[in-house]
Amino acid sequence: MEKSLFKKITGNQMFIPLMALLLLVVINLVVDPGFFKVTLGTNNAGNPVLSGYLITILDYGSELAILAIGMTLVTAASGGQDISVGATIAICGSVMLRVLCGTNPRPDAIQAPILVAFLVACVVGMLCGAFNGALVSFFKIQPMIATLILFTAGRSIAAWVNNNMLPIVPDPKFAYFGGFIPGIPVPTTVFIVIICIVITILLLKFTNLGLYTQAVGINEKSARLNGINPTFMKFLAFVILGLCVAVAALIKVSRISTINYSVIAKDIEMDAILAVALGGNSLSGGKFNMWASIVGAYVIQFLTTTLYKFSVRSDALAAYKAVVVILLVVFSAPKVREAVGSFAKKLTSKNALKEEA
Amino acid sequence: MKKVLAVIMASIMAFGLVACSSSGSTTTAGAGGSSAANNDAGNGGDDGGNGGGGSSSGELIKVGIINNDPNESGYRTANDADLQAMFTKENGYDASFFYSLKNDEQIQQAQTFIQNEVDYLLLSAADVAGWDTVLQDAKDAGVKVILFDRTIDADPSLYEASIVSDMAKEGQTAVEWLAGQNLSEYNIIHIQGAMGSAAQQGRSGALEEKVNAEANWNIVMQQTGGWSASDAQQIVQSVIDSGASFNVIYAENDDMAKGAVAALDAAGISHGVGKDVIIMGFDCNKWALEELLKQNWNYDGQCNPFQASYIDAIIKDIEAGKTPEKTIIMEEKGFDAATIKQEDVDKYGI
Repeated sequence: MEKSLFKKITGNQMFIPLMALLLLVVINLVVDPGFFKVTLGTNNAGNPVLSGYLITILDYGSELAILAIGMTLVTAASGGQDISVGATIAICGSVMLRVLCGTNPRPDAIQAPILVAFLVACVVGMLCGAFNGALVSFFKIQPMIATLILFTAGRSIAAWVNNNMLPIVPDPKFAYFGGFIPGIPVPTTVFIVIICIVITILLLKFTNLGLYTQAVGINEKSARLNGINPTFMKFLAFVILGLCVAVAALIKVSRISTINYSVIAKDIEMDAILAVALGGNSLSGGKFNMWASIVGAYVIQFLTTTLYKFSVRSDALAAYKAVVVILLVVFSAPKVREAVGSFAKKLTSKNALKEEA
Repeated sequence: MKKVLAVIMASIMAFGLVACSSSGSTTTAGAGGSSAANNDAGNGGDDGGNGGGGSSSGELIKVGIINNDPNESGYRTANDADLQAMFTKENGYDASFFYSLKNDEQIQQAQTFIQNEVDYLLLSAADVAGWDTVLQDAKDAGVKVILFDRTIDADPSLYEASIVSDMAKEGQTAVEWLAGQNLSEYNIIHIQGAMGSAAQQGRSGALEEKVNAEANWNIVMQQTGGWSASDAQQIVQSVIDSGASFNVIYAENDDMAKGAVAALDAAGISHGVGKDVIIMGFDCNKWALEELLKQNWNYDGQCNPFQASYIDAIIKDIEAGKTPEKTIIMEEKGFDAATIKQEDVDKYGI
């Protein structure tokens, strides 16, 4: 009985991200319970807003959570990762600003509705995803190599879209997406994430997307024999990730109403991949758990916010993330798992012996 | 179905390639091949210009300009535009431009310029090291080298002059201005640029020195935002969440000051002239100076990208047989929101 329970808990995919989350919560609780205080205040526009570390985590973790959704699908279907998401965010953001501001970087009013700009950015994001997807699925190039192209060229393309200028969106409404809607004290990004998650749940529940993606990731040949088109499934995963990238770009650009091509969403691809790994998903494809990836994304933001709180130098953040990666790798190594498993077995059998005695 | 898809894919890829190549040639040297091609084309054109222009407008001075990628920042874009405007045929120059953020590509191009027998080599080096050999070659070939914007670790005899910003002085000007505000206590959030860059070292150095010297100057938080607005926003957000009190934000560039202000706005903390928090930025972007004009920020320090007129003067001096000063430090201002005018925004905004 005991053994199966232990196995049930540790074997569950949510175990790793939830344990990590729990660990962070406990550390913060011990050091400073004030970490979990959420207060209601007003912002400079006179609107009510919630603030506190927890709100910060929910707010700033949004882009990562949205990217984690797409990255999970890509990982599951292709058995590889897209390293171009940061650069593609720059492209989508740049396109959005180009549509909103026209050729004049400092317009007095926006030149097109925000919705139009967002939809154009979505199309561009999906085209970038399609480009990556085509290379991976039709031309059978390794995902990391295929996406290296946009990773390298993306930020230059982004700068080229706006002719090297840095447009500033004049409409305060544009800032709602990365900030607060007047009258609603919860960050808008939280709602955007919820919408994305709901759409994903519906997709996974009412279509065969999840099943087919896993089938392709586990065994491409047998998936094909069962009538699934692996090429299309891989392609589709990249296009969906492209859409996620466009949504993340909306939030990123909206936060400051402008863009900086060289630093916007820098290194976010590595965090997105880490989120998928933290979620206990196999990075070589196959079965996946969307929830675990999303929790993984918030764990990363939780870690970042905690380290900022302790005034850890932000250029050292990468080192702490590296520690997480090392732990993950160690714990997911078959040898270690075997050892832990046999240790647990010994423990339980000893207990059983005692009980018998 | 498959065929249609294939056609769509092919067109997308073609589009992607076009986008890559055109961006490569107009902007960055990320793809070494395309930028070299661009440069060759430029040289070809210039040679033609030499032949034609020689008879009509007298001798053009042939200059090779090696700069960093104009995408790098608003500063670099303004710097490049300034050089492009100065070194024209009308002003008596026959100029070729080359852009790269990579030192080795720059050195290679310098060799090419020397072989093409330019009269002057203008250089903003990506890295301080590795230039001795090529500058010696230039000297042997009679090519005069003028450094702008950045210095290098090479013997001063290898170049005619260097025109630089004094980042430490930029920091001192800003810190002196801050000291002049006569606050009873200074609780500062210090957001640094990418660690190790000359701008970061100069601007941090002055502030750190002052904080160590004065009892009522404290640093509440010192973090690097890596020149990024969203990083700065998170850093300031975390200080706000912690409940620590602060009254100065010293951000080492305008982008980071903007990110910091976004965090303050969300938390309902007032900033600007006569408000709770003093906002300081650097680089004098036009939009930043406009924030000063609107009294939302308090101070912006200039990092002067307009070096072309200085270079022009030096070349004229050398042509006239005079020896120019070795190191020329450009004049750089600091703007106070209380005294800034619209003319300043138009003139100094980049």
